[in-house]
Amino acid sequence: MDNQGDVWEVFIQSKPGLAHKHVGNIHAMGKEMALQNARDMYTRRQEGTCIWVVKMEDVTSSVPEEDGSFFEPANDKIYRQATHYVMPEGSKNI
Amino acid sequence: MSDLDKFLKKIENNVKIEPKDWMPDGYRKHLQGQMSQHAHSEVIGMQPEGNWISRAPSLRAKVILLAKIQDEAGHGQYLYSAAETLGKSRDEYINELQTRKAKYSSIFNYPTLTWADMGAVGWLVDGAAIVNQVSLQKTSYGPYSRAMVRICKEESFHQRQGYEIISHMALGTPEQKEMAQDALNRTWWPSIMMFGPHDADSARSGDAMKWGIKVESNDELRQRFIDKTVQQAELIGLTIPDPDLKWNEERGSYDFGEINWDEFWAVVNGDGPCNDQRIDHHIKAHEEGRWVREAANAYAQKNN
Amino acid sequence: MENKEALVNYCLRIGDSSLVLAQRLAEWCSNGPMLEEDIALTNISLDLFGQSRMLYNYIAELNGKGETEDSIAFGRNERAFYNVLLSERPNGHFGDTIVRGLLVDAFNFHFYTQLQNSKNETLAAFAEKSLKEVTYHLRHSSEWVVRLGDGTEESKEKVQASLNDLWKYTDDLFEMNEDDIVLVADGIAIDLTAIKPLWLETVTSVVKRATLTLPENGYMHKGSRKAVHSEYLGHLLCDMQYLQRAYPDAKW
Repeated sequence: MDNQGDVWEVFIQSKPGLAHKHVGNIHAMGKEMALQNARDMYTRRQEGTCIWVVKMEDVTSSVPEEDGSFFEPANDKIYRQATHYVMPEGSKNI
Repeated sequence: MSDLDKFLKKIENNVKIEPKDWMPDGYRKHLQGQMSQHAHSEVIGMQPEGNWISRAPSLRAKVILLAKIQDEAGHGQYLYSAAETLGKSRDEYINELQTRKAKYSSIFNYPTLTWADMGAVGWLVDGAAIVNQVSLQKTSYGPYSRAMVRICKEESFHQRQGYEIISHMALGTPEQKEMAQDALNRTWWPSIMMFGPHDADSARSGDAMKWGIKVESNDELRQRFIDKTVQQAELIGLTIPDPDLKWNEERGSYDFGEINWDEFWAVVNGDGPCNDQRIDHHIKAHEEGRWVREAANAYAQKNN
Repeated sequence: MENKEALVNYCLRIGDSSLVLAQRLAEWCSNGPMLEEDIALTNISLDLFGQSRMLYNYIAELNGKGETEDSIAFGRNERAFYNVLLSERPNGHFGDTIVRGLLVDAFNFHFYTQLQNSKNETLAAFAEKSLKEVTYHLRHSSEWVVRLGDGTEESKEKVQASLNDLWKYTDDLFEMNEDDIVLVADGIAIDLTAIKPLWLETVTSVVKRATLTLPENGYMHKGSRKAVHSEYLGHLLCDMQYLQRAYPDAKW
């Protein structure tokens, strides 16, 4: 079978302690090649300390048509934000 | 609100369009064409520069050139990957390139004859590409825009390396200076053709502007490139091969001579000096790699 | 330094091997089986060019005669190059390049591992840096040999042939001459006879994973220690040195 391999999404941790961030994808046949290709493609300028690769077909995404039902219900729950609360005058370190 | 209205409203409010969003068929098709053309240009563009890796005149020049061409492979990959989000695979795009259904920038159909061409290509070709790409960072399609942001960040050294090469030569021995001027003579017009036909003659530009795929017109971008490049040529004592090139005080820009559109269309339509060579090279590498890809696929299926 | 000449020769051997292999790998640019692989091979090439530059600069410093990395790279003829024979072998098909890579990378891996303990601080530091690079090169070539060996029938046949063809240049990696003897005694150089079994173990384990067969030891070509090469090297240098030779007064 001749093709360009599977598409793998690439996540890079730029420094220890930080979250892995999505940077793009690469084509590869198998996990080891995906890791190596991601390393060669996305860390040529000292961008990373750790790489995750995930086959694109294994990523499940929400869909834009569900925008409303998925995300809008959070709009009126401002009590989840710290700035919602008024602290007594003069209180510190809270 | 209809899907089309929602789409146009997003464009109007500078909200990026994402792969799963509804988009007009024409928008998708235009992007597939433009982005794959852009990707193919990066990949085919590796060949004229690759022509000089083995002969680079210093180890420093060699590693810089190699790193630059490697970046171009990377940029081709980013662009294919952005183009793939439009529902067409890299295999399909590559097939369109090899069967000449897809285009790439005609500048890469010119040969690189001396080391000075490495200077001229970096300085002028990358210089023109950067003007275009900086503008495209604002394009309306999210994956394309993100690819452009990344590419612009990485390309910042490309134009400088080219200018460094050509300025060393322009200020070097008489033979070097001759090579530098000759490279400029051969590369100047093809580089300003890179921005495409005049706005009035560009059939598909209207939709591309309306949909926010292109943010600035061919002529605006071409003018910006010329305006910033003339001083760079003068500084190193090279002459731009255009007798009509003249500063226009009123417009605050350079006037320039008539572009040879016959040559442009001949090269676009396959009759440039290297069209056949570039595509044959691509097909050869692809065919010779077939057994390797097949083996890697077979191994991955057994072991994943 | 008493054994300066031996040290210079030793550095030339390492630097030339890196340079020539880097030049070969750079030929893959725009010719790889996939875009991603083009980038991988040129990354390795860039590492190797970097290694040769470090050693040439060190040689220039040792000699103190105003040489530069470029005068060393571009100013010598084929009979003054000491690169190992494997490094100048033509790229062939992808499998040939990958097998050549495995054989050299496995050597470099064990060589640099030991050279880190050299009493020469420059070489020790150079080895430490290079080891990180060649460890990745070895991973890259090993995994590919396994994929090709255990891929399709066609790929297995091809890569087994590559291994059989290139095997006869492997003893050349371990050749020692008077420079080695002097420098090993000083604790500067590596006793190559000691790393041969380590190399063989690494190569054997990859060959086994790849379901390939280790070639029989037949006739072995040697000569790099005396700068006696194949015809291929002259052409490689011709290409590489063309501008420097054609315009000796020019600065680039």
